[in-house]
Amino acid sequence: MEAASGPRLGADGDAPLAEELDRCGADRAYECYVWHVAKLPAGEASAPVYEISTLGHEGCGQIHGRALVIATGARERFYPRPGWTLPGVFGLGAASVMLQSRVLPGSHVVVVGPGAMAQSVARQIKDCGGEVVAHVDPNSRRRWVEAVSRLAQRVGFLARRRAGSAGAAGRDAPKYHGWDVATINGASAVESVTLQRVDEKWRPLARHNPRTISADALCIGYGLAPAAEMYQLLGARLRYAPALGGWTPVVDRSQRTDVSRLYGAGDSAGVLGAPAAYNTGRMAALSAAFDLGRLDRASYEREMRAAHRVQARAARAASALADLTRPRSSAMAWVPDATIVCRCESITAGELRGAIGEGAREINALKAATRCGMGPCGGRACEEGAAALLESARYSRERIGKLTARAPLRPLPLTALTGTFAYSDIPFPQAADT
Amino acid sequence: MKAAFDTVVVGGGVMGAAAALRLAEGGMRVALCEARQLGMGASGVNAGTLSIQTKRVPLIPYAVRGYELWKQAGDAVGFKETGSLTLAYNESEAHGLRQRMTARRNAGAPIEFITAAAARSLEPRIREGLAAASFCAADGYANASLTGVYYRSRLRAAGVDVRELTPAQRIVPGDQGVRVYTPAGMLRARRALLATGAWAKTMAEQIGVPLPIRLRVNTVSVTERMPKLIHAVIAHASGMLTLKQAANGTVLIGGAWQGRGSPDDWHGDIAPESLIANLRLAQFVLPELAGSRVVRCWTGFEAQTPDSVPLAGPMPGANNVFVLCCVRSGYTIGPYIGALMADAMLGHEPELPLFDPARLSVVSAQRSGAVESE
Repeated sequence: MEAASGPRLGADGDAPLAEELDRCGADRAYECYVWHVAKLPAGEASAPVYEISTLGHEGCGQIHGRALVIATGARERFYPRPGWTLPGVFGLGAASVMLQSRVLPGSHVVVVGPGAMAQSVARQIKDCGGEVVAHVDPNSRRRWVEAVSRLAQRVGFLARRRAGSAGAAGRDAPKYHGWDVATINGASAVESVTLQRVDEKWRPLARHNPRTISADALCIGYGLAPAAEMYQLLGARLRYAPALGGWTPVVDRSQRTDVSRLYGAGDSAGVLGAPAAYNTGRMAALSAAFDLGRLDRASYEREMRAAHRVQARAARAASALADLTRPRSSAMAWVPDATIVCRCESITAGELRGAIGEGAREINALKAATRCGMGPCGGRACEEGAAALLESARYSRERIGKLTARAPLRPLPLTALTGTFAYSDIPFPQAADT
Repeated sequence: MKAAFDTVVVGGGVMGAAAALRLAEGGMRVALCEARQLGMGASGVNAGTLSIQTKRVPLIPYAVRGYELWKQAGDAVGFKETGSLTLAYNESEAHGLRQRMTARRNAGAPIEFITAAAARSLEPRIREGLAAASFCAADGYANASLTGVYYRSRLRAAGVDVRELTPAQRIVPGDQGVRVYTPAGMLRARRALLATGAWAKTMAEQIGVPLPIRLRVNTVSVTERMPKLIHAVIAHASGMLTLKQAANGTVLIGGAWQGRGSPDDWHGDIAPESLIANLRLAQFVLPELAGSRVVRCWTGFEAQTPDSVPLAGPMPGANNVFVLCCVRSGYTIGPYIGALMADAMLGHEPELPLFDPARLSVVSAQRSGAVESE
């Protein structure tokens, strides 16, 4: 997330990390929102190159630095489902944030999603005293068994422990493996959720009867994608890597991007989960310190070797589970034309299919043709669904591309940018049309 | 050389598409190559202002006719005729406004000077304290995002062979015709038209012609949906602001404040200090914008010649290659000047004169000679 909201670093186990951060001597700016990043043309060797535009309690400001580490984390991927715009439908990430404050999304909750995130939300709901009436995972039980045994093979003891605890956490909630949401029903809020059986590609199996479950909330998400907008603004190269969540900045094994002194850390540089995030953050910092001449080569190489070993293990673990959450356009192909894909602009799947039929092949051309992704969310909620529709029309994700990142990275009150000013202070250059 | 096409048009913006259409309507076999998809450059990301009032004098006759063509396109491009107001808030701005608008009126723009009270009764929410104002009833805007969709259907209907996601990597002029190399193969044509906007400089260099053009990186911003604030297109006497509110309530803020970046890597971006100045001017003119949120800011590349007049004619020294670019205010004028260029290539006398690139002596003087004979 671009906005830091105080020193809350993940789960309880991270408290020492927060304390370490407080002690380390770094300037920290909390509740400080980064709305733009730029790399200024190279000046003198010591001149600042990265320009970070911020909005904090003091208003707009800028921070300049000689190197930049991006650690903006991940965002959720959604496949729209009929009824997903009803009140009572939450993203898994949003639900997780609410639950950290012990706010329940509902009293009878359906949790839907492939992989560990849905499991974790289901567990948190129970911990907070809510009832999970169905825990739905479009992956078949067989796919799970395969993934967990891969995990055990690749990382041994740790994996068995994690697989075991994951199994225990889901024990009470009715499990629907190989099911997905067909429709979310209700007049003005979620009243029930209809589930359908799906195949290995998450396509509905028509011969199975759907099942409708009464519920007052639904938490849903289909995996995480790197929050890569800052890399895009800086012109760093991205590649489409389904196993890492989708469009991912290209980083070398020491977390350097292809832009000088720009480093990627954590899920923003490829979704590998929490264990890897600490380590990639450390590697990015080592690389930055070394590149800036603040770390001698011997120390750099020694520490980096150790980090690479940790990383190899984390990457093996993540890759074992990646198959459970990787994007599948087939999970979108069946969605009825009337279903809204872009919530901000109320653009339906049918309108998008129409524009694709008329010649839109890139996601940005689809956006121009339909307004999909032009609203306040900047495409965060709809990009995956819209791209999946293009993919269903047999275009490759590389060709489809990624929505262009725009400043401000989240909508901003205009006055936050303009501040207090006098008309006479506006720096008119030579006018364009005179 | 056996040519499959009479003309290959390189570039699928307004200029290239309008020219290709007219060439096809004139009986030519036409292919159009576009590196991305149609209308994804400046043609698709400009602020959509269709204003005769804001045009420079030499271009006004072209703008009047371009405006009419957008008006005919109507709903397909989200055309709205709203009139436009240009506002001055001090004596020096008022002086400049009177001078420029008088010259433009003399060149054929239907501009009238109105009182501050009249301006405020047209647009009650603009800031008080006007020193002068001008109004042009035959002005409005369209939705630039729809440029690609609009031209794609028209080009297909006209039988143009539209090749999107097909960059022209190399253009080889010759006495008998032109070869255009793309990743999907080579196209032979009797002639080629370069209509690549800000990319014209790089592409012309590749065929040995140094076009002395410089680049502008224009900033546009859009707010969230707002209650109805304004009806007309609103401009500032400095030329550094356009404001319009779309039917859906979003307010588009333009004015050609300069961002950063280069078309070579397709990467343009806002410059914060420039953006903030742009937004301040907008908020000054329309104080209720203070209650809005800025959803998105972006930039578009615009190319400009030293004399600020378009390049439209034969590429000096490159046989059978034509160029059409650097049409400042190209969105308004594009449909017309594209057709005009096509008329010339079809051998007709254009209705209005074109803008011969050879006038820029530096082009002919520095030409390095890359004509290849077949």
